[in-house]
Amino acid sequence: MYKFDAIIIGGGLAGLRAAYELASNNIKTAIISKVYPIRSHSIAAQGGVNAPLNNIEREIADDWEKHAYDTIKGSDYLGDQDAIIKMCKEATNRIYEIEHWGCPFSRTDDGRISQRPFGGQGFPRTAYAADRTGHAMLHTLFEQIIRINEENKCLTFFDEWFVTRLIVEDNSIRGLIALELKIGDLHAFKTDAVIIATGGAGRLYGKSTNALINTGTGMAIAYWAGADLKDMEFIQFHPTTLYGTNILVTEGARGEGAYLLNKNGERFLSNYDDSKKSMEIAPRDIVSRNMIREIKKGNAINGQYLLLDLRHIGKKAIMERLPGVVELAGKFAGINAITEQIPVEPGQHYTMGGIDVDINCRTKINGLCAAGEAACVSVHGANRLGGNSLLETIVFGAIAGENTVKYLSSNKKGNNSAILIESAIKEEKEETNHFFERDGKENVFTLFEEMNSVMWNNAGIFREEAQLKDGLKNLRNIKERCNNIEIRYKGKRFNFELYWLLELIGSINIAEAVIMGAIERKESRGSHYRNDYPKRDDETYLKHTIASYSPEGAKLSYKPVTLGFIGPAERKY
Amino acid sequence: MQNITFKIFRFDPEKNKAPYFDNFTISVSHGDTVLAGMFYIQKTHDPSLAFRFSCRGAVCGSCAMHINGKYRLACETQVLELNADTITIQPLGHLPVLRDLIVDFTSFYENYKRIKPYLIGKEPVPEKEYIQMPEERNKIGNTIDCILCGACYGACATAGVNKEYFGPAALLKAERFLSDSRDSIEDDRLRIVDDLHGVWRCHSIFSCQDVCPRELSPAEAILRMKKRILQKTIL
Repeated sequence: MYKFDAIIIGGGLAGLRAAYELASNNIKTAIISKVYPIRSHSIAAQGGVNAPLNNIEREIADDWEKHAYDTIKGSDYLGDQDAIIKMCKEATNRIYEIEHWGCPFSRTDDGRISQRPFGGQGFPRTAYAADRTGHAMLHTLFEQIIRINEENKCLTFFDEWFVTRLIVEDNSIRGLIALELKIGDLHAFKTDAVIIATGGAGRLYGKSTNALINTGTGMAIAYWAGADLKDMEFIQFHPTTLYGTNILVTEGARGEGAYLLNKNGERFLSNYDDSKKSMEIAPRDIVSRNMIREIKKGNAINGQYLLLDLRHIGKKAIMERLPGVVELAGKFAGINAITEQIPVEPGQHYTMGGIDVDINCRTKINGLCAAGEAACVSVHGANRLGGNSLLETIVFGAIAGENTVKYLSSNKKGNNSAILIESAIKEEKEETNHFFERDGKENVFTLFEEMNSVMWNNAGIFREEAQLKDGLKNLRNIKERCNNIEIRYKGKRFNFELYWLLELIGSINIAEAVIMGAIERKESRGSHYRNDYPKRDDETYLKHTIASYSPEGAKLSYKPVTLGFIGPAERKY
Repeated sequence: MQNITFKIFRFDPEKNKAPYFDNFTISVSHGDTVLAGMFYIQKTHDPSLAFRFSCRGAVCGSCAMHINGKYRLACETQVLELNADTITIQPLGHLPVLRDLIVDFTSFYENYKRIKPYLIGKEPVPEKEYIQMPEERNKIGNTIDCILCGACYGACATAGVNKEYFGPAALLKAERFLSDSRDSIEDDRLRIVDDLHGVWRCHSIFSCQDVCPRELSPAEAILRMKKRILQKTIL
C-alpha cells in the first residue's frame, strides 16, 4: 500500500499548480495522472489568460472590478460573485508569478506582457504566448515542478495510472484505488487529502474540441464518494471548431479581427440582435447559437458549415499572432488560412459545471478539494469567458493546495484506516475480475459513441423538454447495457477495452447529471438554451443546480447564487 | 474510399519472444488520420491493439511513432497523403517497448531533467513582469514549441548507440533556457551541456530536424551551443 500526505489526481495546470503549493510546504504528495502531465488537455489552450495587468498606459485603466464585472455579466449572473472577485483580484499576481517562472508570454514593443481583446470583455486583458498559451503555461509549470522537486523531493509522479475510486469514512478522505495501466494491477493508496484536478467532461459529446481523455471520470469518482456536482447542464459550445474534426480554432482569431461568413460571404452576425453590436467578439454562446440558426436557415456551405476568414488581417500579422491556426487549418483541413477561408462549425468546448466546491475549493467531504475545470467554484456560471479558464486553473489550483496544507496541519489523523482500505481494494479487484469474466454482446467503443450521439442530439446547443427526456431514456438504456459489455481482450497490460469501460461508467453518470439538470432548468441562461423557455427566469432559476449521486440516478436540489457586487441585468453585447 | 492495409508492429514483452507485425485492411476516406485508423482497428478488428493518445490535435505529443519510413504524429498524418497501399507503423525507436506502439519514456525524461529544464530568473525578481523586448522574445520563439513527443530521439542515430547521450529534445530545451533573456545561469547551463555525452556527441546528422513535427531545429541549436562553449573557452 502506498502512503502519502496528499494526492493530486490530474497533472494539468490546476493539478500542477496545486502540487507546487504542496511541495513548497514540504507535503509528501503523489500526483496521479492517466497520461504524462504534459499530455494533459491544458496543453491545448490557445488564446490566452485574463488579468487586468494594466501594464500599459491607456486612457482608462483596467482593474479587477472591471474584470469581475465582465465575468459576472458573461456568466449570465449565475457565477458566485465572491469567487469571481477573488479570482480577478488574484489574477495579476498569478500571471506575474508564472512569467517569473519562465512563461514565454508575447510582448509589447516595450517588452511588457502583451494583451489582446477577447469576447465579452471591455478591455484587451488576455495575455498570450502566440496562440499556444496553454502549452507555454503547462510546460513552464511542469519545469518549475521539476525544479522544486530537485530541492525537496516531496512529489512522486504516478504517470499513466487511472484512479477508479475514492475511499471515504466518517465523511473524510482515507485513500483511493488506482489502476496502473502499464501493468494492469490495482493498487491502494492511503492518504488524508485528495485534490481532484482532472479537467472537464467534453468527451460526453461527439463533436468536441476536447482531448479524448476529457471524459469526466474524475468528477464521477468524487460524485460516487458523496461530493456533489453543480450546474452540470452548463456546457459551453465554441463557435469555431474545424468542420469535421472539431479541432479548436482559437477565439484569438476573432480577437485579431477575423470574420465569420455565411455562404453568401455575409457577416451574418449583424442580422441577430444579440450579436449585431459586438459581431465576431460577442460571447461564445451567442455566436454559437447564431451560427446554428444560420445553418438552419440554409445559409451554410453544403448545408453544413460556415467560414472563418482571416485573409484581410494580412500574412505578417497572421504569422506573428496566429501561427497555430495556420498550421492546424493546413494539417487537419488542407486549407491555407492566409489565402483561403476556414470551414468551421460549433462544437462542445468547456464544462462550466463540475464538482461543487466552496470559494476555498473544498467539497463537502473533509480533505477532498477540487480545482480547475473538474470543479465548479463557480466563477463561470452559465457561460465562461475566453481566457478565464487558464486563469481559474492557476488561481484555484494554488488555493486548493493552500487549503490542503491547512487541512493537513489542523486535523489529527492517526486513526487506522488500513482495514477499510484493504476491503476497498478487495472489492475493486473483484469487480474488475467480474468485468473480465462476464460474457456479453456489447462493445464498449460502440456504446461510448452512442452516448456521444445522445448528448449531441438531445442535450446540445438548442434544447427542449421532449428531446431531453428522450435523451435521458436513451442514456439510461446505454447505462443498463454497460452491464453487458464484454472485454474481448483478456491481457492486463495497457488494456484499452478495460480503460474505456472505466471511462464510460464514469462518463455516463456525468452525462445523466447534465441531462437531468437541463430538463429541470426551465429557462435559458448562458450556454443553456431552451427553445421552450427562451427567456432567463431569475425569479425561479437564479440558483445553482446540485446533483447528488444515487444508484437510481442523480438527486437534484438547488442552492443560492452569491450575489452582492452587481445585480442581474439583461445580457447584451 | 480506398482500402489501405495497416501493417502494425505488435509486441507484448510478457507473452511474445519477439515482435511481429499484424495486417489490418480497412477502408479510408479523405481526411482520415493514421490515429483515426488505429482507433477504428482497435474498435472493430483487434481490441488488444495498444497505442497512446490524448489531444488528437498535434499539441500533446502522445502519438509520435514510425509511420512509413518516418517518425510522425499519428494524429496529424493523413493516411491518403502517404500515397501508399500499405502503412507500416512501428513504435518510437531507442526506447523500450512496453506493448505494441507504447514505449517507456523513463530514460527520455531522465535525460530531459539533466539539463536543468527550468528558468532560474535574474535577481532581483521584478515586482511586475521581467522586461523582455520582442527581439529577445523571438530568440526563444520556436524552441518553446517543443512538445516532447520524442520523434527526434527516435530518429537520432547517436541516441540509438549511446544511452548516455542527452538527446536532441533535452539539448533543444537547454538552448531554450540559454537563449532566454530572463535566465541567470548561463555558465552552469553551458557547463552541463559541455559534456562528452552532451553537445559533443551530436554528429550533426540532422535527422532530428527532418522528423520534428513542430519543425524545430535541435541540431542547429546544438551547433549554436557548441559555438558558445568554444567562444567561452577560447576567447
